[in-house]
Amino acid sequence: MSFRTPLGRARGLGSSRQGTGHWLAQRVTAIALIPLSLWFVISVMIHLRADYVTALIWLHSPVVSVLSVLLLATAFYHAYLGLQMVIEDYVHDEWLKLSALVLIKFICILLAAAGIFAVLRIAFGG
Amino acid sequence: MSTDNRPLSPHIGIYRWQITMVMSILHRLTGVWLSIGTLALIYWLIAVAAGPDTYAAAQSLFGSWIGQILMWTWAFSFFYHLCNGIRHLFWDAGQGFEIRTFYISGYSVWVISAALTVFAILFVYMHGGHP
Repeated sequence: MSFRTPLGRARGLGSSRQGTGHWLAQRVTAIALIPLSLWFVISVMIHLRADYVTALIWLHSPVVSVLSVLLLATAFYHAYLGLQMVIEDYVHDEWLKLSALVLIKFICILLAAAGIFAVLRIAFGG
Repeated sequence: MSTDNRPLSPHIGIYRWQITMVMSILHRLTGVWLSIGTLALIYWLIAVAAGPDTYAAAQSLFGSWIGQILMWTWAFSFFYHLCNGIRHLFWDAGQGFEIRTFYISGYSVWVISAALTVFAILFVYMHGGHP
């Protein structure tokens, strides 16, 4: 039983004064992903049954490497922003919510780093 | 000041299902599904970087029937999320808020994303056998 008044409990639970940045970042990454993801999906459609050498040569070109790195960074940032919103909206247990948010952030950064490393390794012929 | 028995915002249970809410929920679902799909993308990139043997293993996994089904669900999710995302960007710019426009843009997203998915499937199967 808490002796705090309802007003005392509600105070300070309003806006965190940082929602605009999240909203804007989601839109800007979305706009960037329109050309990037379309280019990538069309390229994948063309190379879906390619043999190893064809796939390697395609990924080896500088334009493809740079665009792939940009796509991976933007896509995982956009994915994190979206997943964060879904978790915040539907996970109500505070500890579970915080753990899920941190876990999803780590996974997104790990996958982005692994993908970018793979692209660079192909580009520099490691 | 009583804190229970206070009015709630209308619960989803008393709403009649309408296309606008189905599309809104599906936008989130396809977004989550695409996020899971990035695992396949990263696996493919690592397989190319790792060498011909790993690449062949990845290709046979993607070519299996379960791999193909997953690919097409991701293809539809991508085209749907892309088209509906553009619809969202128009709303963000303050456009298309008339109820008639809501429905027209909504049905357009269904038709265009379904058409693009079918086109993608046909293209891949005709271009190089099975995907």
